[in-house]
Amino acid sequence: MNPFIEIITQPDNIAIVIMIFMVSFFMVWAFQQAFQNDRLLAAGLPVDGENDKFVDTFKPLVRIELIIAIVVMVGLTIWSIAVDAPLEEIANPTITPNPAKAPWYFLGLQELLVYFDPWLAGVVLPSLIVVGLLAIPYIDINPKGNGYYTFAERKYAVIIFSFGFFVLWLLLIVIGVFFRGPGWLWYWPWQEWDHSRVVFEPTKDLTALVGIDSRSLPGFIIGALVVGSYMVGGMIAPYRYWKKNNPELLTQLGMIRYITIVFLFITMMSIPIKMVLRLVFLIKYVWITPWFSV
Amino acid sequence: MKSQNEIVDKVKKNLIWKSIFRRDYRNTVRDRAQAVFGNVFLHLHPVQVRESAVKLRFTWGMGGITFFAFIILVITGVVLMFYYHPSIDQAYTDIKDLEFQVPFGVILRNLHRWGAHFMVIVVMIHMFRVFMTGSYKAPRQFNWGIGVILLVMTFLLSFTGYLTPWDQLGFWAITVGTNMGAATPLLGYQGPFSEYLHITPYNDVRFALLGGAQVGGNALLRSYIWHCVAIPLFATILMFVHFWRVRKDGGISKPQK
Repeated sequence: MNPFIEIITQPDNIAIVIMIFMVSFFMVWAFQQAFQNDRLLAAGLPVDGENDKFVDTFKPLVRIELIIAIVVMVGLTIWSIAVDAPLEEIANPTITPNPAKAPWYFLGLQELLVYFDPWLAGVVLPSLIVVGLLAIPYIDINPKGNGYYTFAERKYAVIIFSFGFFVLWLLLIVIGVFFRGPGWLWYWPWQEWDHSRVVFEPTKDLTALVGIDSRSLPGFIIGALVVGSYMVGGMIAPYRYWKKNNPELLTQLGMIRYITIVFLFITMMSIPIKMVLRLVFLIKYVWITPWFSV
Repeated sequence: MKSQNEIVDKVKKNLIWKSIFRRDYRNTVRDRAQAVFGNVFLHLHPVQVRESAVKLRFTWGMGGITFFAFIILVITGVVLMFYYHPSIDQAYTDIKDLEFQVPFGVILRNLHRWGAHFMVIVVMIHMFRVFMTGSYKAPRQFNWGIGVILLVMTFLLSFTGYLTPWDQLGFWAITVGTNMGAATPLLGYQGPFSEYLHITPYNDVRFALLGGAQVGGNALLRSYIWHCVAIPLFATILMFVHFWRVRKDGGISKPQK
């Protein structure tokens, strides 16, 4: 059978296919409503739902809840009749499957292991995702766009969240499910998995590009400077930019909010940056210390 | 027609029926309100809601669908517990029995498995909807936080359930997942700075998760208890708070400009 068909019809992967369709559908619907409201806002008209009246809970709401519940139940029942949950061989600690994959919703994090050490990819970054999500209501001080779909009134918030959700979370999950084979190597859907395939990638550390051993003292210092200037420069650059162009925003944000926002943002952006460094320039580590490497 | 009314009367005009349904429903404003606040399940809702709450395009019904998926999982999960022993000698054969011995065992397990995948999907879409409508903004900041914790609970519920069939898939998924715990800074034996705290494979975070240095019988029991008791309990409490706060913060968010 075609390897692509084989992969997407694996019972557990059908959920991912369903997820792709559902997420795409709702993404389009959300943005379509956002742009529609933007047009209304531009024309000075009330947005969708602004002139809402009240309706009885019983029966309009109860009825629609019942209908949705029935639809979901029927859908899940059909899914459960059509597809059987897989049961592999009994657990055997001596036989390691290749690839050994985490549950699908954590595959984005497992994918990060290609680019970061486990303490970052598996512990620090996931914790920061949760902290960042919790922080959203307190760091987003834009009073507009409360209670209706809009893009124009909160461009940055929507772009940053969508990038995190669709690219860094969902796209990496899809890559982990469909494009990673034995040895966590990249396989296109039409390629057969080859368990004997070995890819030698001559990865280097950043300082090795300029001929300095990354494990030597000069290498350590240069790496520290690069990482430090990314973090410090990343903290200062938006400040300088806003100070010049939008000083009011800085006053509104205040010091603590500013630091939180910019720290979370540059940490998030370090992921695509490290991915490009690794995939395009074959760089493994930027900075090696005796305790950890980044 | 006459006999039909007679039957209805017979059913309704007796002590038992009247003890259960205290009032007749005559579709008056008062009765419609009574139907909601006189019912322990429906009184989650206010008596009246804004139109957006009954239009699919605003909420997509995703929060409610997530809750419904949770209910399906609780029901199928409780039934599955009747057929399951959380020990490495029996767990796998119990799942095999579901397939070959238990009436409707296959569809029971399928419902639980696909319902779990489904819940993870819809809870993420719910979060996306709440973000896109800016519904986390004042006065709903705290409830967004509860929702984030519930999202994490959903992942953890699914994750702890992965190990229960005791097959290769679950075993290695949990091995891969909990190995991350070993990389925790300070508290995992492979994490940075842990050597200063004398952390070993036998006293680190991973050991606490697994109840051992490897995935084994203790890990199966722990994941079972987290999966069937501890996390559902915690998640249910958070759901009460979540729904309560939706009400107290003014129901479905409305445009505030």
